[in-house]
Amino acid sequence: MTARRLRALAARLLPPLGAALALLVVWELWVRWADPPRFLFCAPSEIWRDATARAGELAAATWNTAVAVLWGFALSAVVGVATAVVLSSSRWAERAVYPFTVILQTVPLVAIAPMLVIWLHAGIQAVAVCGFIVSLFPVITNTLSGIRSIPQPQVELFWLYGARPWAVLWKLKLPGAIPSIMAGFRIAAGLAVIGAVVGEFVAGELGAKRGLGIVVVVAAKQGELPMLFAAVALASLLGIALVGGVNAAAYLLMYRWHVSERPD
Amino acid sequence: MPVRVADVVRRFTSQAAAPVEVLAGISLEVAASAFVALLGPSGCGKSTLLRLVAGLDSPDGGSVVVDGRPVRRRESPDHVAFVFQEAHLLPWRTLRKNVELPLELRGMAAAERRDRALNMLERVGLADARERYPAQLSGGMQLRGSLARALVTDPRLLLLDEPFAALDEITRQRLDGLIQELWHERRFTALFVTHSLREAVFLAERAVMLSRRPAHIVADRAIELPADRSAELRASPAYNEKVERLYQDLLIAEGGA
Repeated sequence: MTARRLRALAARLLPPLGAALALLVVWELWVRWADPPRFLFCAPSEIWRDATARAGELAAATWNTAVAVLWGFALSAVVGVATAVVLSSSRWAERAVYPFTVILQTVPLVAIAPMLVIWLHAGIQAVAVCGFIVSLFPVITNTLSGIRSIPQPQVELFWLYGARPWAVLWKLKLPGAIPSIMAGFRIAAGLAVIGAVVGEFVAGELGAKRGLGIVVVVAAKQGELPMLFAAVALASLLGIALVGGVNAAAYLLMYRWHVSERPD
Repeated sequence: MPVRVADVVRRFTSQAAAPVEVLAGISLEVAASAFVALLGPSGCGKSTLLRLVAGLDSPDGGSVVVDGRPVRRRESPDHVAFVFQEAHLLPWRTLRKNVELPLELRGMAAAERRDRALNMLERVGLADARERYPAQLSGGMQLRGSLARALVTDPRLLLLDEPFAALDEITRQRLDGLIQELWHERRFTALFVTHSLREAVFLAERAVMLSRRPAHIVADRAIELPADRSAELRASPAYNEKVERLYQDLLIAEGGA
């Protein structure tokens, strides 16, 4: 890595890290100065103290949630792209099915989760399906709009050479839709984390396999404010990691040819 | 490859407005290995006619027959190639992979199609750019790439839809020269839609002038100039006389008479 690229990387990373650090310092100083009751508010140092004391428990919970999130996200990536491909192949299929995919978007997850517990039992399957349900819709719509935006002459080029439908799919539709698919994945990654954590409130396992959602519920009931903050922070780190993974994949797939991934 | 267009009618219907008749009974015979320019006022239906011959569209009346076989939408003739107004290279493929695409879709082995694509790229002067992506090429290079993609299959019918309209004059004349050379070499049948009379006279053996829509043929002229046309021809009196003649035709076509 050249000095120039290092500087570019620093320019990307330092501002958000600096902002986070400044926030933590102000927060800490304010808690020490104002000394609010500890069931209302706590300092970053107290969160750090409790979190490190129970690091094993938090690490296990993060891991359990991460597994459910990855399953949910992977499922919605595969099912979402496949559904969009089918819907894009005929206007009738789209008209018949698309309205129902909107339902996925509008029915509140907490209302579906109890049903999932009945069908799948509480545990990782039900939690993963919660992540899947909330993250599916953006994958479908983005993939669909990506496929629909492929320029007509490119499609006609494939007609002209008598391309088979699978060739149109693999050599035109999917590669052409990749920028949109990746945009869909980015949104889905964040939603899968939210879906899994909220899913755990209702459908999480209470025993050894508890995830961050359960940590949140238990900490809230027992008034352990630092643990609550720690669980929320870990859940958002999970989301950041997954979105980062999607960004890396998008970069690898597109940096050679797409404007959005061109180094500036 | 001979093309026969008989009494072709094409209307475009939209929900909002009354149907618009674009082609009002066009008949045209093109002999194998001929180079025919299609001219006419802009928006008159030249491109529509070309798309019908390519099998990218269906007529509402009449018939299009290429090499003895009827053509309809999505039933393109074999051995046909089409050059669009814009290059439309696939952005995620390198130039070479773009030129290989038609061969790939026809199931040619990788090594052979690679050789053919490289030869063709050499021919259009893009050998050095073969591993670049379309976004890294200039507009003129992209169009040369799309020409290579069209010619790599060794088509017997080449359809060109105002391919160089967006280029500067010098680049355009160079590419016209290249098409001339390739046509002499390979003797495909060529239908060339253009709105440049000079380009038509330089390239074609025959010029067909369409009227404003609903289009019919207002003039169909042989362009009698030496077969091997060099850049100097553009300065000769004979050349300018042909251009002037077509200009008179165009005035009639514009008048809708």
